[in-house]
Order: sequence, then C-alpha cells, then structure tokens
Amino acid sequence: MRCLIFVEHSDGTVSESALELGAMAKSIGAEAVGLICAADPGAVNALAGQLGSFDAVIGVADDSLATYNPDAAARALTAATEAHKPDLVMTSYSAAGVDLAPNVAIRTGRQMVGYVSGLELDGDTLNAMSTVYSGKLVARTGMDLPGIVAVMPGAVKADGLSGGAPAVEMMDVDLSGLRMRVTETLVPENTGVNLADAEKIFCVGRALGGTEKIELAENVAAALGAELAGSRPVIDAGWMPKVRQVGKSGTKVKPRLYLMAGVSGAPEHLEGMANSELIIAINSDEQAPIFGTAHYGAVCDMFELMPALTERLTAGK
Amino acid sequence: MHIAAILRLNPVLTEELEVDEDGRDIDREWIGLELNPFDDQALEQAVLLKEATGAKVTALAAEAEGGERLLKTALARGVDEVLLIEVGEENVQLSSRARAPLFQEALEGLAPDLVLTGVLSTDDIYGELAPQLGALLDWPQVSAVSNVALGDGVATLQQEYSGGISARIEVQLPAVVGLQAATQPPRYVAGSKLRDLLKVEVPTVEPGADFGADLADATELEVPDTSGGAEMLTGDAEAVAARIHEILVERGLV
Ligand SMILES: Cc1cc2nc3c(=O)[nH]c(=O)nc-3n(C[C@H](O)[C@H](O)[C@H](O)COP(=O)(O)OP(=O)(O)OC[C@H]3O[C@@H](n4cnc5c(N)ncnc54)[C@H](O)[C@@H]3O)c2cc1C
Ligand SMILES: Nc1ncnc2c1ncn2[C@@H]1O[C@H](COP(=O)(O)O)[C@@H](O)[C@H]1O
Repeated sequence: MRCLIFVEHSDGTVSESALELGAMAKSIGAEAVGLICAADPGAVNALAGQLGSFDAVIGVADDSLATYNPDAAARALTAATEAHKPDLVMTSYSAAGVDLAPNVAIRTGRQMVGYVSGLELDGDTLNAMSTVYSGKLVARTGMDLPGIVAVMPGAVKADGLSGGAPAVEMMDVDLSGLRMRVTETLVPENTGVNLADAEKIFCVGRALGGTEKIELAENVAAALGAELAGSRPVIDAGWMPKVRQVGKSGTKVKPRLYLMAGVSGAPEHLEGMANSELIIAINSDEQAPIFGTAHYGAVCDMFELMPALTERLTAGK
Repeated sequence: MHIAAILRLNPVLTEELEVDEDGRDIDREWIGLELNPFDDQALEQAVLLKEATGAKVTALAAEAEGGERLLKTALARGVDEVLLIEVGEENVQLSSRARAPLFQEALEGLAPDLVLTGVLSTDDIYGELAPQLGALLDWPQVSAVSNVALGDGVATLQQEYSGGISARIEVQLPAVVGLQAATQPPRYVAGSKLRDLLKVEVPTVEPGADFGADLADATELEVPDTSGGAEMLTGDAEAVAARIHEILVERGLV
C-alpha cells in the first residue's frame, strides 16, 4: 500500500503537518511518498532532506511553485496521482488541502473523506474517522481504495527523522497557461500583542455578540493578568483586531492558562490552543465540543460568569 | 459582470444534535436550519462587489426545505435574482459532493464571471464545494479567501494560511472562490424587509444532472465520547466563579 502525501512548506521548511501525514501513512503500514512542489530542483532536494521518515519523494519544479499556487499545485497533484496511482492521496486539512483534496478528487474520479482525525485499515477498506458539525459529531466512513483523505493538523504525532533523505524523482508537469498568479505574501504586522508567548489567555467567542459587552471580557482579562483573545468570528465581525485571533488561521498558543467563554470548540479553534497547559471552558450548551478538550468546564451563561469572576479575582488580590 | 452566490442551509450548531436510528444522518425532526455562516460571508461579499462595481448577483440554492425562505433573505440582502434547484423533499441531507453536479449545471446555464460560496460547510465530509466546482467547470478556484476585489477580467483575492500569513492572488475570470470572510461583516436585514418579500415567487428549476456519488452510504455518525473530557463545575455563575478562582489559586495562576 502506498500513500502520496502533498508536502506543504514555507520559507524552506516543510510543515509539521507533512511529517504528521507521513506518520499516519506508516501507522496503516503504508509507504509514504511525498510530492514536493517548489521553485527549482535544488529547493525540492533541500526540502526532501527534511523528510527522513518518507520512503520516496516526487519533485515538481517550476517558478510558479515558489509559493503555494492553487492552480499549479492542483495540476501537479493530479498529474502525480495519475502517473503513480497511489492507493491513497493525503493532504492536510489546511487552506491548501481544502483547495486540493476535493479538486483532485473530482479530476481523478476518486472518492474523498475530509476532516479526518484517524485512519484504520480493514482489509481493502480504509476506515476514516472524521470530525463533523464543528466537532459535535464524529463520522466513520468505510472507503474502498484508491481514495483521498484530508487530515486535521495535530491528528497524529509527527515522526522524527528516522532514515536518511528519501530518493527524489523529478517529474515534468505541464504548467503552461496557469490561470492565477501569486503577487504578494502578506505577514501580520507587529503590534505589540504577542499571544504566542502569553502565559495566560482569556478567549471569548461568537457568543460575545458585539462590542457592547467587550468591557466585561476586558475586565476578566485585566483581573487575571491575561491577554484577551477571540475566536475567528469575533475577529471577522470586527470586534477585536486580527492579532488577537487564536486558531488555524490565527495564532497558535500554549499558555499556562487558557480560559474561554462562548467558544464552541470547532476543530479550527482547537488547532490553535489544544496544547495549553490548563483549559477552562464556559459554555451555555452542555453538548459544546469544547468540553471534550477542556480540563474543566461549566455550563453557564458567560454574561453572568464574567462579572462574577472579575469580582472574585479582584477580591482575592 | 455577473456574480453567482451559492447558499446552503446548515443545522444550528448551538442546538443539541442527535443521530437518527440507523446512525446515517442527524435527527432532523426538531433541528433548526440556518444559512451556513461561511455562505453568509459569501453572500455579503457578493453584495459588496455589486455595490462597488454594479455587478449583477444571482443567489442559488439546492435545498429540500427552507430553500425559498433562504433565497428571499438573499433578495432582502440585495441580490438581484435567485434560483432554487429542486432536489425533492426526500433529499434533505445531500452532501456538497452530491449537489456539486446540480450547481455545475445551473452555473453553465448562468455563465457568471465569478462564483462565490462559503469555504466549507461543517458537514462537507466528502469534499468542500468550491474546489469541486472548480474542477467540474474547469475554472480556476481558490479557497480560504478573505477579501475579493474585481478588476478587468481578473479578481484579486487574499488567501489565508496559518499563523495569520496570507497571499494576494490574481485570478482570471471566470473563477470559483471558497470564501472565509467578506471584506465587511454581513449586514443585518430588517424583518419588515423580509415580510415585504413574502409574496415574491422564487423561480425554481428541475435539475437534469444526477447527484454526485459520495460515500454517504458507507458513513456512520456518532456523538463523540467526551467522558475523558472536562471535569464539570456545577452551580450558578457565582459558584462556578468561586471554583475557577480556587483552581487558579491552587495552581499558582493568580
Ligand atoms: C480555513 C478555516 C480557518 C479557520 N480558522 C479559525 C481560527 O483561526 N480560529 C477560530 O477560532 N476559528 C477558525 N475557523 C472557524 C471555525 O470553524 C469556527 O467557525 C469558529 O471557531 C467558531 O467560533 P466560536 O466558537 O466563537 O463560535 P460558535 O461556534 O458560534 O460558538 C459559540 C458558542 O457560544 C456558546 N454560547 C452562546 N451563548 C452563550 C452564553 N451566553 N454563554 C456562554 N456560552 C454561550 C454556544 O453554545 C456556542 O458553543 C476557521 C475556519 C476555516 C474554514
Ligand atoms: N461534553 C460534555 N458536555 C456537557 N456535559 C458534559 C460533557 N462531558 C461531561 N459532561 C458532564 O459532566 C458530568 C460528569 O461527566 P463524566 O465525566 O462523563 O461523568 C456529567 O454531568 C456530564 O453531563
């Protein structure tokens, strides 16, 4: 059994998720073949050198692949899938993975399963466990191979560098007439807020409802000596600046305390904070998925809890 | 310039979800449905682009129930035209993969310059819609997009990666975009505006295309076992606050 893994990388470093996918392929006894798309063969080789646990690497080199280009990457992954006929194509559930897995599934006529948190091989059937409805349910799908999976970051632990660099075989892919180009990479500006290094974080979610109540949250954060943070909807609604977003497309944090209120615990939020030392979650819905990850939880209205907690913390000083 | 916005209904996830008897679908008896939050962003982006460029916007849906109301909301939000693809009352739980060929067919008829839909729906287990439509139509597509601007035959998009990093991408039209966040938060529609639209007829079309094949028959759903999860603190807000304070003191965190 062979898995073809789309290897994401940035600034010359392969992403942690690629190593996780390699480990997942090994966990079902499969060979791990990486697909590395980069600007030139030298870059492919340098990246392949970081994939010690992989069995082989297919390289595609083109100027358009210097950074992630959805059109070029989809063509490369489709071509590699058609040429090498792996039993399983694996991508991370990342921006690139969301572009690629469903797109290549249609182009190659394969079935796919997304939001995958675990794989088990049962004869010729691959059982894929997925997290659906924002973590409120889990699904088990029996997929006949060949197929495609998009795997949640952090689903398994990454393998270390066990072997030497895998052998690289370069592949020619027709990338003429691309219909998009990347014109600029944007990095977040430095604003003095540093969630990644914060020791304590108080995070509020969509339930905050607007900026009218934000003072209640600021008071908790101040009384606790914590940085205030928000889930993605809080930032998208403009209630807090982007530097305060925790999660998949925000900052990844690992504070000693992550206190959270009105956050459901969607996988994209967990991706940014699940490794915090102590997680305490307040949510009015007893079925909120966050209670599966938090160390302590309370089913409680955050608008009652926040002032009560501020008072306790202030009185306790 | 013509923009198509694809809208889907999703269960309200702040309500309790239960699995039906045969473990194949959620129990839909009492569940509330709402516009998929990411499709809401796509709808807003479409209307913002209409306001900025004078583009025409058509909203599309393929729902068994609630589709008419959904599209009337879209009219109240400012789209010009709507189209409901009939899927049959029995097909309440179609995946994006099952519906993709229906949208493909409708889009080939409408021939828009830009298709906007939400980056995902939380039940897109067999693949998200935008990248599938990109492949089916053979149009370029980009997912996880925040910010869309229209130029002459091109759209300029911002695609978001982890760590707050993003890229600016220039895409030739026609193109499909999986939207994560509109340039501005979705606007509120007054109830009176919706009531005005009660009598409006929503045009419907019967699909000629077959549903896309997915693995729905091979999937079993379960409520996750959270017994290894949080130790629950009980009592009213005062009591919970007091317990949290104790825990923080014990751990030297305050
Ligand atoms: C590519 C991609 C990247 C993403 N990146 C991120 C990211 O970086 N960070 C992120 O957070 N999300 C991210 N998301 C979004 C993610 O999928 C969820 O939509 C988001 O995390 C939900 O935020 P939330 O929990 O605040 O809102 P909701 O899911 O709406 O949850 C609100 C919660 O508040 C509870 N509640 C309601 N009222 C009260 C009350 N009075 N008191 C207490 N609780 C109450 C509800 O029960 C509910 O659980 C991303 C999504 C995609 C597709
Ligand atoms: N995910 C959860 N959502 C809501 N309540 C929970 C959750 N996990 C545990 N509980 C509650 O916490 C208490 C102890 O749960 P347990 O640890 O499963 O015995 C019970 O009253 C459960 O209802």
